[in-house]
Amino acid sequence: MVDAAMTGLRSTGVDSAKLKRMNSFRVGDATFRGLTFGAALLVLLLLGGVIISLIHGSIPAFSAFGLDFLTTQSWNPVTEKFGALAPIYGTIVTSIIALVVAVPVGIGIAIFLTELCPPVLKRPIGVAIELLAGIPSIIYGIWGLFVFAPFFQTEIQPVLIDIFGNIPGLSSVFAGPPYGIGVLTAGFILAIMVLPFITSITRDVFDTVPAVLKEATYGLGCTTGEVVTKVVLPYSRVGVIGGIMLGLGRALGETMAVTFVIGNAHKISASIMAPGTTISASIANEFTEAVGDLYTSSLIALGLILFVITFIVLACARLMLMRMNAKAGN
Amino acid sequence: MRLSNIVMAAGLVAAAIGFGSAQAADISGAGATFPYPIYAKWADTYKKETGIGLNYQSIGSGGGIKQIKAKTVTFGASDAPLKPEELEKAGLVQFPTVIGGVVPIINLPGIKPGDITLDGQTLADIFQGKITTWNDEAIKKLNPNVDLPATAIAVVHRSDGSGTSFVFTTYLSQVSKAWADGVGAASAVEWPVGLGAKGNEGVAAGVGQTKGAIGYVEYAYAAQNGMTFTNLINRDGQKVAPESANFAAAAANVDWANTPGYYVILTNEPGATSWPITAATFILVYKKPDDAAAVAEALKFFSWAYETGDQAAADLHYIPLPDNVVASIKETWAKEILGADGKPVFAGK
Repeated sequence: MVDAAMTGLRSTGVDSAKLKRMNSFRVGDATFRGLTFGAALLVLLLLGGVIISLIHGSIPAFSAFGLDFLTTQSWNPVTEKFGALAPIYGTIVTSIIALVVAVPVGIGIAIFLTELCPPVLKRPIGVAIELLAGIPSIIYGIWGLFVFAPFFQTEIQPVLIDIFGNIPGLSSVFAGPPYGIGVLTAGFILAIMVLPFITSITRDVFDTVPAVLKEATYGLGCTTGEVVTKVVLPYSRVGVIGGIMLGLGRALGETMAVTFVIGNAHKISASIMAPGTTISASIANEFTEAVGDLYTSSLIALGLILFVITFIVLACARLMLMRMNAKAGN
Repeated sequence: MRLSNIVMAAGLVAAAIGFGSAQAADISGAGATFPYPIYAKWADTYKKETGIGLNYQSIGSGGGIKQIKAKTVTFGASDAPLKPEELEKAGLVQFPTVIGGVVPIINLPGIKPGDITLDGQTLADIFQGKITTWNDEAIKKLNPNVDLPATAIAVVHRSDGSGTSFVFTTYLSQVSKAWADGVGAASAVEWPVGLGAKGNEGVAAGVGQTKGAIGYVEYAYAAQNGMTFTNLINRDGQKVAPESANFAAAAANVDWANTPGYYVILTNEPGATSWPITAATFILVYKKPDDAAAVAEALKFFSWAYETGDQAAADLHYIPLPDNVVASIKETWAKEILGADGKPVFAGK
C-alpha cells in the first residue's frame, strides 16, 4: 500500500522529506512482514524437527522388529522384545470411552446453557466449566487415584459386573475383579478432562446460530428438541465436530492423569475394567529408566505412532467436515 | 542425546555467568530416586558447614546413568550397579553410599505388620499368578497360626522403571527358577499379573485401597507410613523381620573389597538374620574426569557423608555402610580416580 502511495507521490512531485518518511514506512512494512513470516515458518520448522527426530529415534526399533512392532503386544525390557499393540489399543479405547461419555454430556450442557438456562445461572455454570479446563492434569490423576478409583471400585464396578454379568458378550467386557483402576476408570477421568473443551466450544458455536432462525422455528410451533436437532445442530455442526476433535486430541495425548489410574499393564484384556496402558503413559513411566538403545528407541517409536494416530484423526475430521459441507451444499 | 547436549551447553553458559571465579560451584549429580531423601539431608547439613551445595536431580537410575555418560553432571547415581565390564568401557568408577531394603506390603483386614510370613518361592508364585488366594496351602503352611481368608490376591507392582523393582525382581530370580526363566530381573519387567502403579506412593495407594492386595516398597517408605509389611524366610531358613539390623546383617556378609566395581547384589545373602531383599545404592564418577576439581568436591562431600552422616541415614531408615567398606572405597578413590597429572584428584580424608 505504501508502494502505491509512493508512486503517486513521485508523479506529483512532493517534497523529499515526505518521501523519506514514506520510505521508512516501507522498510517497516517489510520488516513486519518478514517477522510474521518468520514466526509462521518457525512453527513449520519445529514440527519438521519433531517429526525428523522422532523418525530418526525410532529407526533402531523399527529395523529390529519391523512391522511386528505394531502387531505384537509383548513388552519385555529384559529380553528387549517390544511390541506397541497394547499401548495403541489402550490409547484408542480410553479415548473412545471418554468421547462416548463426554460428547452427550457436553452437548447437553451446551444446549441447556444456550436454550433453556435462566440467565442468572448462565455465567456461574460457564465459569465453572472453564475452571474445569484449567485444572492441571496431575490433579486429575491424584484425585482419580485417591478419590475416584476407590469410589468406582466399591460403588460402580460391582454394580456394572452384576448388571452385565449374565449378558453374553458384555459379561466379558465388564468382567471383574473390581480393582478400581483400569481402562474404564482412565476413560472416565479423560471424559471429565475433555468435557470442558467440548462444552465451551459447542456452547460458543450454538451462540452463533442467528436468533431469527430459532425464533422462526419456534414460531412454526416446534418444540425445543426440534429446534435443537433441526436448526441449531445442523447450523453449527462444523464447530461441534471441531470441539469434539479438540477433545479427542487431548484424550489421545493425555499423560499424567491416565498414568495414575490406568493400571499400566502392557496387556490387552477383553474386559475394560482390567488394567491397560496408553502410549503416553508408557513413555512417561518408562523413559527415565529405559536403559539400552533398543528400549529407548521403542519408546520413541511409540511417540511417533501417537503422532501418526493424531494426524489420522485430524485428517479424518477434515474429511468428515468436507463431506458434510458438500452434502449440505446439495 | 543431541538435545541434552544443547541443554548442557545452555546450562554451562548459565553456570559460567552465574558463578564468579571466587565462589565455588555447587556439586552436580543426578540419578536414583531411592537415596534422594538422604542425599538431600546430607547436602543440607554440608551446605551449612562448608557453604558448598549439592544440586541433585532425582530423575531415576536410568536417567542418572545417561546423564553421567553424557557428562552433564559430575556424578551419576544408580540403584542397580553397572557391571564391571560396562564400567571399564565407559571409564567410570562405581562405589556404594548407603544400604536399604525392600519389603512386601499387604492389605488383609485384621492382619497387622509382621503377622504374615512368606518365603521367596511363595512370593515368586504370587507375583507370577500361580498362587491366587490368601488361603492357598503354600501360605497356610508358612502361617499355621493365622486365620487366612479366601480373598483373591491382587498383585500391585511399580509401573515406572525403578531400582526398587530391580532389587525385587533380582531376588525373585534368585529364589525361583520359573521367575528367572520366565520374567527375569530388571528395573522394568514384563509382569505376568497385576496392576502397575507409579512410584512408591502409587503402590502404597494401590495396596491400601484393594482388599487382598500385595505389593513391595522401599523399607524407608513403609516405615514412615506404617504399612503392613510381611516377614520373610531368608536363605538360612530363618524368619526375619524388615529391620535395620537385619539389612545391616545382609551387608556384613559380603566381601566388598574384593569385588571389582563393588558390583554387589545384596539380595538372598546368607546369615541367620540377613533380610533377603537388601540393596546398596551406587555413585558413578569418571576415572579421568575432565573437571578434576568438581569430582574432588563431590568425593569430598561423600567422604564427609561417610564420616559424619551415619546418624542422619539411620534417622531416615537407611543403613550406613560398614567401616571396612568405607576404607576400601577410599582406597579405590586414591587408586583409580586420577587427574590429568596422574595424581589422585581427592587425597584428603
